[in-house]
Amino acid sequence: MEIMLQVNGVKRKVLIETDEMLLETLRNLGFYSVRCGCDTTNCGLCTVWVDGDPMLSCAYPTFRAVGHEITTLEGVAEEAAHLADCLAEEGADQCGYCTTGMMMSAIALSRKYPNATDEEIKAYLNNNLCRCTGYESHMRGIRKFLGGKTL
Amino acid sequence: MKHLGKSYKKTDSTTILSGKAAYTEDFIPSNALCIKVLRSPHAFAKIVDINIEAALKVPGVEAIYTYKDVPQTRFTLAGQSYPEPSAYDMLILDQVVRYVGDEVALVVAVDERSALKAMPLIKVKYEVYEPVLDMHTAIDHPSIIHAEDDLHYNFPVGGDPKRNIACSYSHVVGDLEAELAKCDYVVEESYFDQATLQSAMETFRTFATIDQFNRLVITSSTQVPFHIRRHVARALGISAAQIRVIKPRIGGGFGSKQTGCTEMFPAFVTWKLKKPSYIVYDRHEANNCSTSRHARDWKIRVGATKDGIIQVIDMVAVSDAGAHGSHALTTFTAGEHKSLPLYNKTKAIRYESNVVYTNHMPGGAFRGYGATEALWPLECAITKLAHTMGVDEIELRLKNLIGVGETAQSFHPGEVLASGLLKEAIQKAKEMSNWDNRPKSWKIDDRHMGGLGVALAFQGSGIANIDSASVEVRMLDDGTYMLFTGSTDMGQGSNTALAQIACETLGCPMDMMVVYEADTDVVPFDPGSYASSTTYVTGTATKLACDELKEKILQEFGRILEVDPSTLSFDGEKVWTEDGSKTMTTKELAPKLVSGPKGHYLSGMATWGSQTSPPPFMVGIAEVKVDLETGKVTPENYYAVVDCGTVVNRNLATVQTEGGVVQGIGMALYEEIRYSSRGVLETNNFMHYKLPTRLDIGNIHVDFVESYEPTGAYGIKSIGEVVINTSCPAIQGAILNATGAEVTTLPMIPERVYKALQNK
Repeated sequence: MEIMLQVNGVKRKVLIETDEMLLETLRNLGFYSVRCGCDTTNCGLCTVWVDGDPMLSCAYPTFRAVGHEITTLEGVAEEAAHLADCLAEEGADQCGYCTTGMMMSAIALSRKYPNATDEEIKAYLNNNLCRCTGYESHMRGIRKFLGGKTL
Repeated sequence: MKHLGKSYKKTDSTTILSGKAAYTEDFIPSNALCIKVLRSPHAFAKIVDINIEAALKVPGVEAIYTYKDVPQTRFTLAGQSYPEPSAYDMLILDQVVRYVGDEVALVVAVDERSALKAMPLIKVKYEVYEPVLDMHTAIDHPSIIHAEDDLHYNFPVGGDPKRNIACSYSHVVGDLEAELAKCDYVVEESYFDQATLQSAMETFRTFATIDQFNRLVITSSTQVPFHIRRHVARALGISAAQIRVIKPRIGGGFGSKQTGCTEMFPAFVTWKLKKPSYIVYDRHEANNCSTSRHARDWKIRVGATKDGIIQVIDMVAVSDAGAHGSHALTTFTAGEHKSLPLYNKTKAIRYESNVVYTNHMPGGAFRGYGATEALWPLECAITKLAHTMGVDEIELRLKNLIGVGETAQSFHPGEVLASGLLKEAIQKAKEMSNWDNRPKSWKIDDRHMGGLGVALAFQGSGIANIDSASVEVRMLDDGTYMLFTGSTDMGQGSNTALAQIACETLGCPMDMMVVYEADTDVVPFDPGSYASSTTYVTGTATKLACDELKEKILQEFGRILEVDPSTLSFDGEKVWTEDGSKTMTTKELAPKLVSGPKGHYLSGMATWGSQTSPPPFMVGIAEVKVDLETGKVTPENYYAVVDCGTVVNRNLATVQTEGGVVQGIGMALYEEIRYSSRGVLETNNFMHYKLPTRLDIGNIHVDFVESYEPTGAYGIKSIGEVVINTSCPAIQGAILNATGAEVTTLPMIPERVYKALQNK
């Protein structure tokens, strides 16, 4: 089926299968920041925003995105670059495979709860698994990001 | 030091954090055929008939391959230097299937949907055998898992496949029973450590293409490109020169990608069809059809005299190899060298196991590689001994700890500990945790108890006398540098660490050095990144290659400036004479070296392997909260002090430590591979296989002491693996101290802790 999809502010016609999930569609469109880690909504790697809210694209049928604004990391490049810098300065990127999904959650957090405490940050990001870092360096990077963020 | 010890950002940070194409899947050609694997529903069976006719008629299906179509040369997928100590007991597709999920047929189609449509149309008749699902009954079981006559060992490893013994090992020094009889205290216990999954966030995936010279190009998420090239060459019966293996950025490894997994299938399909093909495992397949840590059931005896000297350590295990013998011997043997030498005053030791074939997913490599497993029973038993003797568990360890310059009964003849600030590390960990000034058990409220526990760990740095790394570093035609290595950065930041070592040696700034890695057509041989080898082994080769290049650069400067090279000073960017009369930059020099009859393109090349595997050292102190009503254990704080020799990049070393401790916490408290009574894996997704989240780990506190290891470059040892080794025994000790409950089976889930609370 053909649908109109709005990704990162750009509307485009996209040919999809009726049962296609947003994760597959976005990767087919070349948004490589969106990755599959588990396919059972447990890992958070495929996190994107639907109308500004974090959503797991592996379980979000693409046809449901019609009429909604989809945002990937590529669509918030400036904030992402700043957060990436904060994370990289702590060595928190490691393999990087889960990081882009976590960054989508962290940037959403920074917009909604810029004064979040450590425990609130952990709770908000709890659905984003990471196997490399042990999470501590994420916290150091995100604290720096939130601290240096001007609203 | 100009660069070592600095917390530089990883050289690939910008790419991997921006969403640019970087990983294997991002580069799959759009016309590549999709491969799906039809898998066995039976734990042990023989395919007696397989009918692919109906499936082949599905539109889009290009080919279907079964055991009848593949070469009949057995191989191993273990990423180890040749001759591998792992049995050659695999085929690309075998008529016998040996675990639920074993490969039966490859469906090749223009897209995934067509392949999935065709799969259920393949009709397979199996002759089903009684599976071997308990490692304790594997030996001389009526079912022989590898009955084939062409199973091959490169050299004897104590295997007896007709008895389901993949390999075996026994090392005895001294008279165990006589020495035990002289001991005033003997503790004896059984400990079980479970099979666990490495769980790299990027699952296994590979694509293959044919290049303009009709050669096979394999792009794969692997830690071991050169071993993959050799294994594929053997399996397909072609020469290594016909194969190129490339590793892009990879989404974690932790040992899982030290064993081949998906590579053979696209390699076979593309070589056969001369068309590009790819395979991407979903999480279900990654959990079910790769390799895990080997489960081991230990019996340990530790004996001490009343002066507190540990006289005897006796460790005997049964180990589960699963369906294939990949890494079966060496994961066991490695554990000896990285555990027993900690306490070297012994008069007798034994370290022994049969590693048996079962109808489980094959075992393989997982960070810690046997040391994690061996340190679990050993450190638990040392804590138990301290309790039995009524002494402080750190004091007991200090009394028996190996010192620099000393040997151990489990060391090779002539081997000594060359470096290590072991006591200093222990002192630092005590201070961080305030060990001396607080109780080891305290009441939090009516329902919760708090506790502290400790464990020590060694690991190695590279594989002594077996693995060696080659590195080439070139001065480019604009005076900057490029380093070529076959080691594999899997996120740990080894490219960055090698760049730091290279820049330290040449003196140049970091932005003058690019590291290119893991492409078998381009880089010199390196076994790959495993065995905690890259910073120590490849790092030392890097220094030697840079030393050679520096020498050559100085010669050329001397020639062109017409001065004695030994009078020149060099900082990687320019040279100058002492009196300042003559100076020249590499930017000015390099173009002269690549043109005209006096051209002399400069490169330094070195191969280095070590005669020893210097052990990094770690102290882990765990602080936990135990819920007496449910048995739930909550990690509160973890204090980690590591001696990895010279710290090359403090940030990256810290994150290695934090990540390793947390993986260890996962093994200690949450993660386990479980099978049904029919041998079906029940933990094939992240809902049932519980990785720790950021709410499950408490706070991790990391510090370092830096000894100077004399055998390699700049005093460096390793860090990647030692950091996973203390979590299980330290947490076990903390639970024991907190509550008196002695848990001896991993993971220490609430049910087990609750039972132990009832049994105390």
